Amino acid sequence: MGIEGADLIRAAALMGAGIAMGLGAIGPGVGEGYAAGKACEAIGRNPQQAGLLTRTMLVGQAVSESTGIYSLVVALLLIFVV
Amino acid sequence: MAILEVQWVEAAAYVGAALCMGFGAIGAALGEGYAAGRAAQAIAKDSELSGPILKNMLIGQAVAESAGIFALVIAMLMLFVNAEGATLVQGFAYLGSGLAMGLGAVGSGLGSGFPAAEASEGLASNPSTAGSLTTNMLIGAAICQTPAIFAMVVAFMLMFTDYSSMALWPTWAALLGAGLSVGLAAIGSGVGSGMPAGSSTLGISRQPAAASQIRTNMLIGSAVSQTPAIFGMVVAFMLMFVDFSDRAAWPTWAALLGAGLSTGLSAIGPGIGNGFTAWEASAGVARVPEASGPITTTMLIGQTVAQSTVIYGFLVSLILLFIPLEASTNIVDWTIPLSAGICMGFGGIGPGIGEGIAAAYAVNRIARDAEQRVLLTRVMLVGQAVAESTGIYSLIVSLLLLFVV
Repeated sequence: MGIEGADLIRAAALMGAGIAMGLGAIGPGVGEGYAAGKACEAIGRNPQQAGLLTRTMLVGQAVSESTGIYSLVVALLLIFVV
Repeated sequence: MAILEVQWVEAAAYVGAALCMGFGAIGAALGEGYAAGRAAQAIAKDSELSGPILKNMLIGQAVAESAGIFALVIAMLMLFVNAEGATLVQGFAYLGSGLAMGLGAVGSGLGSGFPAAEASEGLASNPSTAGSLTTNMLIGAAICQTPAIFAMVVAFMLMFTDYSSMALWPTWAALLGAGLSVGLAAIGSGVGSGMPAGSSTLGISRQPAAASQIRTNMLIGSAVSQTPAIFGMVVAFMLMFVDFSDRAAWPTWAALLGAGLSTGLSAIGPGIGNGFTAWEASAGVARVPEASGPITTTMLIGQTVAQSTVIYGFLVSLILLFIPLEASTNIVDWTIPLSAGICMGFGGIGPGIGEGIAAAYAVNRIARDAEQRVLLTRVMLVGQAVAESTGIYSLIVSLLLLFVV
């Protein structure tokens, strides 16, 4: 079973896509959940500020989402472009 | 100097035994060490109680030890296995069996340490509740052992079923995948079940009058935390009992291995995440027993959302198991199913843990002020939805790999 060079490269790119997106999803998931938890705690203490706190939570989560999106971009590049 | 097939099988059994005992020793030791540390702390607070605290610590540690003993039993059996007449595929059954039991004991051992640790703390602050505390500790720690028992069941089946007549390809991957699936999935559920067991034990020492409500909440919370391990066991059974002989060996083997990894890895996150939520719920019921209704409801909503990534993992496993792939030995064709399984598996860990933490804080606040329930549930769900996004990206990438590439 000979492996062609081009096939090897393609296989590595596809395996890379899986690994990049899989591992890349861990951090944002945990981080965003923690942010949501702390926002619940803060809103529970001070319900009047619910709007402000929800906005802050979403902004913070959007930033921590970024590495997940980088992973997605890299995975899609590996699948469709490289 | 040729190596006989039987010799390979025997070698695989020894490696399997080593994996089983090596991994299996991690959890129990950590859990027992944590329990011992907390017992020392508790004794330092009130040295007159050293007798009952030490006794309780030893009982708790004995339960945590059982996960390690399961691993020892499987490893011992595998050392003295009779490989006569076995073919190479039996060796992979031994490797799978060792991985299942070894990995499966990690979470249960660690998780059982939590109730033992909190019982020491509870005894130091309220020695009169000793009986009730020990009972709750034992119930909680016993539930923690369930995932290790799931793993042991699969390990026994793999060890004692005769696979020698099966084709090596792709059966070897199914057997390894079965071990990985149940073993990895048991890690999250074992740790997760330990958390409510711990907080409910401490809670009963603070509010002995509400013991039955606290215990009920703990049982519900830890039962839900077991779900990911059950998904792992279901996939393991499918890998062991579905007949894949009519499928092309290449690249089906990669799909079977990917199926085991997808559910096994993705179950780790929801198991631990559900544990965080249940921890706060039991603590909340202990603080405010009247609010046990809203607390339990919010806990269940939060836990359900946190389960979603293991369901994605299970979905990808089912696709990998039951959608036949075209025969091909090309490296690209067998990389794809393996990559899809790894992608969804790892991708399920983070959102599961994060969403569980989000729900834990929401439950904590609802316990203090049940009137905020609607507002807090909404914020929790919005936050969890955002935390879910990377799990969905992983699902998308897995599906793209399987159906588009």
